[in-house]
Amino acid sequence: MTRPRSHTIHHVTQNGGLYKRPFNEAFEETPMLVAVLTYVGYGVLTLFGYLRDFLRHLRIEKCHRATEREEQKDFVSLYQDFENFYTRNLYMRIRDNWNRPICSVPGARVDIMERQSHDYNWSFKYTGNIIKGVINMGSYNYLGFARNTGACQEAAARVLEQYGVGVCSTRQEIGNLDKHEELEKLVASFLGVEAAMTYGMGFATNSMNIPALVGKGCLILSDELNHASLVLGARLSGATIRIFKHNNMQSLEKLLKDAIVYGQPRTRRPWKKILILVEGIYSMEGSIVRLPEVIALKKKYKAYLYLDEAHSIGALGPTGRGVVDYFGLDPEDVDVMMGTFTKSFGASGGYIGGKKELIDYLRTHSHSAVYATSLSPPVVEQIVTSMKCIMGQDGTTLGKECIQQLAENTRYFRRRLKEMGFIIYGNEDSPVVPLMLYMPAKIGAFGREMLKRNIGVVVVGFPATPIIESRARFCLSAAHTREILDTALKEIDEVGDLLQLKYSRHRLVPLLDRPFDETTYEETED
Amino acid sequence: MATAAEQWVLVEMVQALYEAPAYHLILEGILILWIIRLLFSKTYKLQERSDLTVKEKEELIEEWQPEPLVPPVPKDHPALNYNIVSGPPSHSIVVNGKKCVNFASFNFLGLLDNPRVKAAALASLKKYGVGTCGPRGFYGTFDVHLDLEDRLARFMKTEEAIIYSYGFATIASAIPAYSKRGDIVFADRAACFAIQKGLQASRSDIKLFKHNDMADLERLLKEQEIEDQKNPRKARVTRRFIVAEGLYVNTGAICPLPELVKLKYKYKARIFLEESLSFGVLGEHGRGVTEHFGINIDDIDLISANMENSLASIGGFCCGRSFVIDHQRLSGQGYCFSASLPPLLAAAAIEALNIMEENPGLFAVLKEKCKRIHKALQGISGLKVVGESFSPALHLQLEESTGSREKDIKLLQEIVNQCMSRSIALTQARYLEKEEKCLPPPRLVDMQI
Repeated sequence: MTRPRSHTIHHVTQNGGLYKRPFNEAFEETPMLVAVLTYVGYGVLTLFGYLRDFLRHLRIEKCHRATEREEQKDFVSLYQDFENFYTRNLYMRIRDNWNRPICSVPGARVDIMERQSHDYNWSFKYTGNIIKGVINMGSYNYLGFARNTGACQEAAARVLEQYGVGVCSTRQEIGNLDKHEELEKLVASFLGVEAAMTYGMGFATNSMNIPALVGKGCLILSDELNHASLVLGARLSGATIRIFKHNNMQSLEKLLKDAIVYGQPRTRRPWKKILILVEGIYSMEGSIVRLPEVIALKKKYKAYLYLDEAHSIGALGPTGRGVVDYFGLDPEDVDVMMGTFTKSFGASGGYIGGKKELIDYLRTHSHSAVYATSLSPPVVEQIVTSMKCIMGQDGTTLGKECIQQLAENTRYFRRRLKEMGFIIYGNEDSPVVPLMLYMPAKIGAFGREMLKRNIGVVVVGFPATPIIESRARFCLSAAHTREILDTALKEIDEVGDLLQLKYSRHRLVPLLDRPFDETTYEETED
Repeated sequence: MATAAEQWVLVEMVQALYEAPAYHLILEGILILWIIRLLFSKTYKLQERSDLTVKEKEELIEEWQPEPLVPPVPKDHPALNYNIVSGPPSHSIVVNGKKCVNFASFNFLGLLDNPRVKAAALASLKKYGVGTCGPRGFYGTFDVHLDLEDRLARFMKTEEAIIYSYGFATIASAIPAYSKRGDIVFADRAACFAIQKGLQASRSDIKLFKHNDMADLERLLKEQEIEDQKNPRKARVTRRFIVAEGLYVNTGAICPLPELVKLKYKYKARIFLEESLSFGVLGEHGRGVTEHFGINIDDIDLISANMENSLASIGGFCCGRSFVIDHQRLSGQGYCFSASLPPLLAAAAIEALNIMEENPGLFAVLKEKCKRIHKALQGISGLKVVGESFSPALHLQLEESTGSREKDIKLLQEIVNQCMSRSIALTQARYLEKEEKCLPPPRLVDMQI
């Protein structure tokens, strides 16, 4: 009789007890009128798409796309017409907002090469002009290490002179340089784990190591909005994949319970292992994983946790050690800590950190160690220097200042945008700031208007996001000064008024209501 | 008038009720009661058959013990302790403290420590820094990337080229971009691991043909043709691909490209060629196996190669007609969802390409050296040489296996150690024993410089 009430109280205290700091995440509901208008917009575009396809079929309209060779016209066609409907008719119209070529360091300000199209974005020509000093709100430069001067660049130049650029071999053969060993020790001490291993590409780190850890007969519980590399790695492993709702702990708990109680489908054999795949910061939503709760669940149900900190390493936490540091937890609780060096360290490559047995196993069985090249030496040096800077080991306080600057910038930027009346998704502390646009025409308009005002932004639509939730995504950086942010905010304000983007009705939905859906939690309460 | 008619119908009904026989009424009554019961009883849920109480569920959760995340690795596992190379991995290499002649890197043209390449990379570092901080779609496209793509397309004489930031990811992303569930791919048995992963990710039907055996491939193609005739509708939408390598990494053999092209036109399958080993090695100007055989490059639908061998950089590229390559810009996973190639590596590749174009004599020199070494290694007792005479990567295999793979590996490792003590750096070819579809026997890899 008292059970239903104690359930909710239990949840709240569990919530309050695990978190040492307030967790403020909000996803405002799409206003009804906006949703309807967005669907109408897509409907109109689809109709026009069909019309244009029809005209192209009748050869009234010229077809600009490349075509198949004459000799191969009787082969089965390489692409299905319908597959590319979206690309041909919707993406092509606003294609100039993506793949903008730059010709300078991707720092706080960047130089973009101007391009023009005379045939509605089917082909581009470079005018030769360069738009200088565009404020860069799109590059993943969280701590501002994308620089072409300074200690990192000098160290990388030294190593380049000494070692050259390539490696030409795999880790297990003769591509293991002393630099790699040095880097791995440093990464292990940075993360607070026993050992670490580095790889040449962040994407490949996931797709080549998840299959080495789990296989057939294992279960993978993956978040709804996981990155393509995690999804690919999970698929290649051959394990069973089950998806839980984004950042929803009740959904995850239900899946864990059902998995252990009922075992594998049909044969009812117990699962060999259960691996939970989550990310530190989700780059499209700007949300931070509820790590304390995930760790509590993992310990209760004896599952393993794989944390992908591609965006959160260096960007979160008082000392920049990522989401584990942000929540004040013990890094030993996370079984596999994975991350990339592309975002906060201004280099490229990925790493995995964990216990010594795990790293020993990966050194012998990881696909990357056996078949793929190791990191290039100057890139390694860049990572080493920037990591030492963040840790404060280079003797300056530059690292600490950058981390503080980023946290300040994040809070300031988000607060100002919310005050202006935009709908902003995600956690208050996440340096990834998605601003909702919804309507397809506004995606193109926002990108172009901001470029006119000398600000480079990233806009994303379908299929990276759900079809009506297209957004503009700002990535803040420690290199952004207060003046740069103020300029950007002023322009965003102007464009927001021009395009009528200020949808927010200041009804910030409290934490427990969204995205918790009643249907996921079907437990009968007796 | 209407109400009178209705009333009249009602009266008739009531009369019929009185006149009906008793059993009829009782039967109808029972049926009505049954319907009411069916309508209001609870729906039959499959899960409720589990019969597990909450307590039993909790016990099961308590009892379940997972396997350890990773099985323990024995301390003497051959691949556990890597050789540590101090200093640059060029012609003369310092392995584990000992100076050796390097016969183990894929540094075919010796461009790894070329001063021009280093200078170009340094200039790029000074201009752009190290990382690109974004994928190609979001301000990660630098003019250096566009330049390199343009140069590669012109060098290979194709319409377009696309660059990836990692060699392994190139072919592993290219194949799933075109071949989907329901399509058919004919691949060589000895295809490298990256191709195998690409095929696995594509979820297509894979048909393996014996290594370099065109008769076997033709047999499979004929069988497919017979299948097609049974179901022409399905055949009209099923794409067919043949995946082959120019020079096979696992065997050092060259693929018979003219026969492949003939089969392509006869059975209407597209060819994807992986030229990691043959780019910058074969052909008069280093354009790979198509130049070697004198075949029109447009006959090959997609050529993929990595820049980590001859070009001594990092990354990979695909080249071909725009019709084919442009598709990867939106559907190549390793291209769209990953950060772009650091500009200094792209600049190094451009300079290496310049050197290749300026000195076409390099390839003849390489060929000469390969032939010489191949001849010189023929006479060694106990070891046989596997690979073409002009292949820069040779395999030395045990003539007679000792019987167990582990013993073979140990024996080969001893040979490697002996060579190292005499200042020659060799390496064993590494394979993931459980993952490879067709595991090659243990062997040493020997590369030319």
